[in-house]
Amino acid sequence: MKILVAVKRVVDPYVRVRVKSDGTGVETQNIKMSMNPFDEIALEEAIRLKEKGDCHEVVIVSIADNAIQETLRHGLALGADRAILIQAQKTYCSLDIAKILQKVVEKETADIVLMGKQAIDSDSNQTPQMLAGILDWPQATFASEIKITDKSVRVKREVDAGTEELEVNLPAVLSVDLRLNKPRYPSLPNIMRSKQKPLEVIELGSLGLDLKNRTEILEILNPKDRAPGVKVGSVAELVDKLQLDSKVFTGLSH
Amino acid sequence: MSVLVIVEHDNKIMNPSTRCVVQAALQIDKNPILLVAGYKCDSVVKEAVDLLGVESVWFADEECYAFNLAEPLAKLVGKVAESFSHILVSSSTFGKNILPRAAAILDITQITDVTEIIDSNTFLHPIYAGNAIEKVRVLDEKKALTIRASAFDAVGNKESACGVEKLAYTFENTHSKFIGQEVHKSVRPELNGADIVVSGGRGLQSIDKFKLVEELADCLGAAVGASRAAVDAGFAPNDYQVGQTGKIVAPNLYIALGISGAVQHLAGMKDSKVIVAVNSDEDAPIFQIATYGLVGDLFDFIPAFISELKTRGLAKC
Repeated sequence: MKILVAVKRVVDPYVRVRVKSDGTGVETQNIKMSMNPFDEIALEEAIRLKEKGDCHEVVIVSIADNAIQETLRHGLALGADRAILIQAQKTYCSLDIAKILQKVVEKETADIVLMGKQAIDSDSNQTPQMLAGILDWPQATFASEIKITDKSVRVKREVDAGTEELEVNLPAVLSVDLRLNKPRYPSLPNIMRSKQKPLEVIELGSLGLDLKNRTEILEILNPKDRAPGVKVGSVAELVDKLQLDSKVFTGLSH
Repeated sequence: MSVLVIVEHDNKIMNPSTRCVVQAALQIDKNPILLVAGYKCDSVVKEAVDLLGVESVWFADEECYAFNLAEPLAKLVGKVAESFSHILVSSSTFGKNILPRAAAILDITQITDVTEIIDSNTFLHPIYAGNAIEKVRVLDEKKALTIRASAFDAVGNKESACGVEKLAYTFENTHSKFIGQEVHKSVRPELNGADIVVSGGRGLQSIDKFKLVEELADCLGAAVGASRAAVDAGFAPNDYQVGQTGKIVAPNLYIALGISGAVQHLAGMKDSKVIVAVNSDEDAPIFQIATYGLVGDLFDFIPAFISELKTRGLAKC
């Protein structure tokens, strides 16, 4: 079984992003970037499945400019067998990313595509579902437990009301949630070894896709500021404020 | 311009967020149509026909829709989409699961978590955990949108019910099978639509002490939330999590207890009307967005707050 893991390079989750003053985007110059945290979880799961003998090869793929090579090497150091970079000079919407991934999935004849449930920059939560739709493969999103059997996968999903369990036939697209696992750190020998692992670079243009602009980003705005708050000194003062100033208890009856 | 709203439900009751999605739909078109797809879910249709502004309810009652599986539902949406310019659904795990798949089938893009509709092609939605807002114009002819329910008011009921149109589409699903579910039953209000939310963080220290959060919530008739740290530590179940990757809430009052205020948590609650933060660390980032902040020990604060509420006749416990 071959597992394809799609990864994205994003602004590090602990960086506080700033909107550019001209409204064209957020500051990304000289800012720490890392692998999208959900993609790390997806990769960790693929590596664990390989360690269990459920899969024989883990391939990571990314669609980005050359700066992503560092992220792909990180993925190889974590345990992926090889990497594919689809070289692209701009960012694409989820649907286009799904279409590009479809080409890779078909070329690689992957059995499972594992992805993060969302990228923490766009917060879209779309690509896995779209890829599954385009391929007409089953999907299991927001996975918090994955068990592979012969021709199917049992997946526990995190849904608003609690959890649900699905069985999906292979091949399938799975998206992972936070609670699936705790990603490992790469060891120094593995970092050294990762430099020897294959990293294939493919020009996006060579895939023969006709990708058109589907959206026009007009402006990136700052979120509305909240009115400055006050510190209160006691519980009584707090309840006074809530009762009299903010009137939040008007709906309460006793 | 015609708008389709996909109704979220569990075959018994309509999810209240549907009312907020209808409000959003009404900003695009005066006569939206609701789609109820399920199995033996007449009670849901009964609720749906009463919603203010709704023109008609399209009802697909087939076994393949019994468990909200994405594969048949997305196919159904793909099938009926022809007559619509916009397809809307709540930005819940239900909506996020099915709409992108349907959008891909229709070969259109999707905008996630719409918080404001500027015009029928232009929308605002948060990115980077709510630290930036993107104003985007969709160039595709058809628009697929998931709506952040907390950003829109709920519509009420109208005087006379609208009509129901039966759809007879059924799809054989060879892809996926529903095995079971574990629903966390709670007598408290649902986190998403609650008027008051009381949330606990790592500061609660243990699963036993987290019960204090629940005690306070019950005194206020509030829903209970939690930070990721509290969920990871096992103090609270996953579906309590408020934040970028959990639930997004915007209640009238949000009380954050022992929550430091990481960016990812703030993404889920910073649109609350009034925010109260109680934390022993006076430098905790949560104080930067709190309407009222109190520096102090949680285990002194919670009982004192409950007794103050009781004294003033504000307690429900």
